[in-house]
Amino acid sequence: MASSIAVEGVHAAYGAVRVLEDVSLTINAGETVVLLGTNGNGKSTLIKCIMGMVRPSAGSVTVTIDGTRHDLVGRSTEEIVDLGIALVPEGRRLFPKLTVEENLLLGAFRRTARARIKQNLEFCFEAFPRLLERRHQLAGSLSGGEQQMLALGRALMLAPRILLIDEPSVGLAPILVSRTIDKIQELKTSYSLTVLMAEQNFTQAIRIADRGYVIVHGRIAFEGRSAAELNNNDLIRKFYLGL
Amino acid sequence: MRSWLFTLILAVAGAALFALSRFIQNDYFFFAGYVVLQYIVLSTAWNILGGYCGYVNFGTAALFAIGAYTTVALHKLLVTSRIYPMSMPELIVIGGAVSAVVGLGIGYLTLRLRGAFFSIATLALAVVIQTIITNWDYVGGSRGAYVIRPPSAPLVGSYIQYLFLVMLVLAVISVAVARLIERSRLGYGFATIRDDEIAAEASGVPTLRLKLIATTLSGALMGMAGAPLPYYVGYLDPASGFNLAYAVNSIAMPVIGGTTTWIGPLIGAVLLGTLQQWVTVTISSAVSLLIVGLLLVGFVIVAPNGLVGLVRPLFVRGKG
Repeated sequence: MASSIAVEGVHAAYGAVRVLEDVSLTINAGETVVLLGTNGNGKSTLIKCIMGMVRPSAGSVTVTIDGTRHDLVGRSTEEIVDLGIALVPEGRRLFPKLTVEENLLLGAFRRTARARIKQNLEFCFEAFPRLLERRHQLAGSLSGGEQQMLALGRALMLAPRILLIDEPSVGLAPILVSRTIDKIQELKTSYSLTVLMAEQNFTQAIRIADRGYVIVHGRIAFEGRSAAELNNNDLIRKFYLGL
Repeated sequence: MRSWLFTLILAVAGAALFALSRFIQNDYFFFAGYVVLQYIVLSTAWNILGGYCGYVNFGTAALFAIGAYTTVALHKLLVTSRIYPMSMPELIVIGGAVSAVVGLGIGYLTLRLRGAFFSIATLALAVVIQTIITNWDYVGGSRGAYVIRPPSAPLVGSYIQYLFLVMLVLAVISVAVARLIERSRLGYGFATIRDDEIAAEASGVPTLRLKLIATTLSGALMGMAGAPLPYYVGYLDPASGFNLAYAVNSIAMPVIGGTTTWIGPLIGAVLLGTLQQWVTVTISSAVSLLIVGLLLVGFVIVAPNGLVGLVRPLFVRGKG
């Protein structure tokens, strides 16, 4: 069950605007790693680089799944998804005019995921009983918290090995943020996932983090090698909170 | 309902319609009916890309005209060389194939654009294609080309009735294809592209490939609708073949009917097409275009999901 990601020296830009400069990070098998940083520092771009949605101008992104190394740069997003890497996109990005169940089933669009589609759907409804109640409702009519659950559920339909989560707290009430974070932790354990989560909400994110990186202006400004190191560090306050 | 059963019912309905129309002695009915059927094909074809995927294509007229001009070119080639007179089904298959290839090409060039940018690009490409045809002397250039309609047709006798039948078959095929897509994995893939392309990619939907399939299919059907046109009109010039009315109508009809299902473009084309034919005869053809504009504005304000969207809540409960 070894699935890890290694990002090495990645540079990325949108046209002339440089967003990532020489970013390197690793996520080891079974870890929850958080990527911290305020808006516009490159968290989402880094995740898009891993998913093949943005092509890095330099550097390498590799994943190791069950001892096989795969180079991700230059691969299409659907190929990357096929490897067992699922993304919960920022802002949830559901299919609002389709039902909850259709949204979940579409999470298993790939052939590799369709083999166990029934079973995975049951797991999803088990993990999120609320979604079972609302399975025939349009996704657009769910509350924010339910939508986040559905976005997580849809990603799990792939039966992924690695889960990338981009800003799960966006647009949620504080109590729901904390519940979502708990849920991610729970799912991670029960599915034995490797998780990379980009998040602004520092205090919530580090509750479940094994390690973390702080990204400032497209560079890794700080690496916390343990939860404790993230928690009690003045540098973080300086970089991140501006205190 | 199973797809084959639906297709069967549709084919039987088409056959019944044709059988009944044989009792009508007036040729005008077939001329008018042909146009309505042609719009069923065009709006259904447009809807595969525009309605299912959410990519608004303004280039319908170009793909339609390519089908028509393929017929003109083949007709001329065969008449001058006197080898082999091609039958209508062959012309339709070739016209459809050429438009499919062009559709694929247009898709490849434009599908990295989204929203209004995509629409503008298709409009521009339509102008480019029109310019090429206008300057292509072999098919008549800007003077246009005459295509002499054969006096009679196999099986049905009257050639206009034959054209009517051909277009009826095409309409049945295109509606059946649209419904097949709608119920398939492909259709769900299209719906994810329409709802949220980023999320579709994150779920592993091969978005570019699906969009290319949509433009190719849509282009093929448009080309097939255009292929019989030269025989219908007898004289084809670029200004009529690339008429903006084709593009506008094939957008207006699905929008009025409802874009998310196969029945929307069908209803829209039948209603609007018939209304236009009626107004053209009773008032004038310019007024018929005015009506399209007014209806379009009205529907966007009152019923943005078309007639289907207006009626659906009465049937479906608990779905939102």
